[in-house]
Amino acid sequence: MSAVGGGGLGGVGAGAFLAELEEQPAPQQTTRRRGRPRIWRVVILTAAVIFFLGPLVASAKYSLIQQNGKYGFSNYSQILSNGDLRRSLFTSLEIAGLTAFIVVSLMLPTVVLVRLRMPKLTLLLEGVTILPIVVPPIVIASGLAQLQGSAPSWMISLWFNHPLTALTPIYVVLAMPFSYRAIDTGVRAIDLRTLVDASRSLGASWFSTMIRVILPNVETAVLGAAFLTIALCLGEVVIATIMLYITLPVELIQVGASNPGVSVGLSLISILFVFLLLFLLSFLAGRRRGSTSVRVI
Amino acid sequence: MIRFEGVQRQFGAVMALAGLDLEIQDGELIALLGPSGCGKTTALRILGGFDYPTAGRVLVDDVDVTNVPPNKRDMGMVFQAYSLFPNMDVRTNVAFGLRMRQQDKARRLKRANELLELVGLTPVADRYPHQLSGGQQQRVAIARALAIEPKVLLLDEPLSALDARVRMQLRAEIRSLQQRLKITTLFVTHDQSEALSIADRVGVMQAGRLEQLDTPENVYRHPATAFTAEFVGAMNRLPGRIGDAGDVQVLGQRLTVLNPEGREAGAPVEALLRPEAFVALPDAAGAGEVTQRTFLGASVRLVVTLDGGQTVLVESSSHDAAAVGARVGLRILAGAVAVADPGVAPDPEAVPLTAV
Amino acid sequence: MLPFTVYILIFLGLPLYEVVHGAFTTDAGQFTWHNFSTIFSESQYWNPLKNSLILSAWTASVGAFFGTWLAAAVVAGKPGGMLRRVVSSGSGVLAYFAGVPLAFAFIATLGRSSTAGGGVLTGLLKHIGVDLYAHGFNIASMFGVGLAYVYFQIPLMVILITPALEGLRPQWHEAAQSLGASRVRYLRHVAVPVMAPAFIGSLLILFGNAFSAYATALALVGAAIPLVPASINDAINGNVLVNQDRIALALGVEMILVVMIIMVGYWLVQRRARRWLQ
Repeated sequence: MSAVGGGGLGGVGAGAFLAELEEQPAPQQTTRRRGRPRIWRVVILTAAVIFFLGPLVASAKYSLIQQNGKYGFSNYSQILSNGDLRRSLFTSLEIAGLTAFIVVSLMLPTVVLVRLRMPKLTLLLEGVTILPIVVPPIVIASGLAQLQGSAPSWMISLWFNHPLTALTPIYVVLAMPFSYRAIDTGVRAIDLRTLVDASRSLGASWFSTMIRVILPNVETAVLGAAFLTIALCLGEVVIATIMLYITLPVELIQVGASNPGVSVGLSLISILFVFLLLFLLSFLAGRRRGSTSVRVI
Repeated sequence: MIRFEGVQRQFGAVMALAGLDLEIQDGELIALLGPSGCGKTTALRILGGFDYPTAGRVLVDDVDVTNVPPNKRDMGMVFQAYSLFPNMDVRTNVAFGLRMRQQDKARRLKRANELLELVGLTPVADRYPHQLSGGQQQRVAIARALAIEPKVLLLDEPLSALDARVRMQLRAEIRSLQQRLKITTLFVTHDQSEALSIADRVGVMQAGRLEQLDTPENVYRHPATAFTAEFVGAMNRLPGRIGDAGDVQVLGQRLTVLNPEGREAGAPVEALLRPEAFVALPDAAGAGEVTQRTFLGASVRLVVTLDGGQTVLVESSSHDAAAVGARVGLRILAGAVAVADPGVAPDPEAVPLTAV
Repeated sequence: MLPFTVYILIFLGLPLYEVVHGAFTTDAGQFTWHNFSTIFSESQYWNPLKNSLILSAWTASVGAFFGTWLAAAVVAGKPGGMLRRVVSSGSGVLAYFAGVPLAFAFIATLGRSSTAGGGVLTGLLKHIGVDLYAHGFNIASMFGVGLAYVYFQIPLMVILITPALEGLRPQWHEAAQSLGASRVRYLRHVAVPVMAPAFIGSLLILFGNAFSAYATALALVGAAIPLVPASINDAINGNVLVNQDRIALALGVEMILVVMIIMVGYWLVQRRARRWLQ
């Protein structure tokens, strides 16, 4: 999974997708079709299904062919038996979890604060969060490599020594564009001012308000941002490779050279996993839209 | 002349139009009036060609156009909102239909300018739709529809999205334009004052059926069905009892019943009376008390609460209307009245009747 | 707000600073244009730039074209229906999933048939007598990479263009019809002009997306592909020539410039689109 295959620009798409989930559906148009379903739609949709499902189906078949030429699941069990692979998976998961946590903890309060106290800064905030998109990950990687080369030893031991400390902060920056967009849309959808005033007037601290009142009501947005951040981290390969850290996708490429079946199979699982997450998320969003009640924990 | 013959439109289990028979004469403006879902918009869209009937046919000057696509019918359509092309300025929008008819540029622009002058929008001819107000946009839409000199003008609630003042103004302008150009027009609305004020004839619709088609005066004064009676204008329902002579006793007055069929002596009914059918006279021993008074300028609306709790809406000239808290007696000016069963929504199949 | 700005300054600002600073200095620390003059004069660096631009251009165009048709087919259906939901989630996933899984999926489909199992499609085609690889096709080539790019460009286009398509009010089509326009004429005079800014904007995003991408190429071909990101990779890791870090940074600045130009173009186009589709 490399969310950053297209730099942050693919993230714009993801952010747009999340934003679409949060926004109210467009009012019903009264278009009445003149009868039979149009042929062009059927043709296009069929072609699309073939084109997009094809490689996935092929991946499934491919991944089931073991090294010994027979069908089986050994490629999939590699994730458990192969030590390098397992380690890289844990590394990636750690990084993903930490990144998602930091992203949400950083973005949510900032978005809330800007909306409440400093609305004039909104434009600036938007501009800043767009910034990571302009810099392709490979370029960030080159800057980092340069930094690593000339950095003082305290910085090296603090920052660059372990992938967790090295990659997480960078991934947070990479995740910003779309997670900002998603969280911002979620916050816009609720009546922030009223909720906060009510909560504060009842004696709650800022922290309490954030956790108990705001957070539950922007669930879908936050979850969406978190999911995509996780997807990003599990898939980011450019920066990790350049900086010579071994995360899951890096290891998959390594393994892929000698045993592509494993890489194909594990990649397939990751795609399906995230698809499932987002699919379920869209149902959650739909359900929330239906209820007008405010939630408080 | 336009004719709907037995036009039916069914959507799955819903019958949007249940057999519409309607004739529109040349040069007349017919307003289709009714609550949402009554089928008025469906009828309009079928006439325009944007929808097709599941049964019946539509004829224009005796030619069956039921299956003719909308771009081949010679009809101008004005929508409720958003119909102007955003990528063209006002003049180009208005000239669009002429462009489709392959007229050369000079003629197109000349005609567009003519129409813009007709609707009073010459100063904004170079602006874009998003720069115009709602009222201006609708004017442009009208100009655009008229530019092609259509045989028929179709208006789908064109004023509903505008604010009250603009609505009044535009309403009058549309009517005067229509009369000047003598163009056959079908106007759909849910606003009864709109329908009554501009139409040559009003068609009241409910649940896919045409309840009554008549001049505005007749629809108001002589509602053909109880639905029409209550939908057009305000209507009071006063309890009474059918007497031996087929009349009804209401508020101490004996009135002739216009629709006595199936009602026996002694049966409780509710009499349907318009607010202006009453006079409220100050009377210390009167039947009710004025609990609300709304000053409307030329007239006054009073809500008179009777001792039994029943409220009656009375409309009278502002000269001699009683004040709030005054005790009044109500006298009914009508000699005959239509009745309905108590507490039941008016029977749509009610036999046609005439009231005073 | 403060912790946020500090964070950005450190973790985005620092690397960026390194890049820009390093691109303009020599190893000794003096200001120089040398790095830039090198990358703009030597064909070793011109070539990848050309390739990157061409690749981005054609994958963006193909993606934009088919993406619009696909989006139109979906939008014409029931809003909120299952089709919408599936396409929406699917596009979200696919648009974002370039890189490793995509590369491997394509290897599985169109890889050389001789390796373990080999590409499924390649094998199928071989059965009916069409030998792709004999005809010079190779998934691990510029074209193969481009094909993989198209796989995520189309969904991205679907996501980007759907709001604009939904903004096409049915009243416009009906009004046009009432004025005598056929479907084709409506498309030509109204729908296409109205959609044009959104289309161009999305096309630009697709272009930038492809230009910045590297993961897919890396996984499919390895470091040998003649694209700008690969040149940066080479220069840093000293694969071709040693001590080329500054060249890498200059290339980085080059990439940033290209993307910035695209973003400016996008912003300009968006302004126009927003005005009309109010």
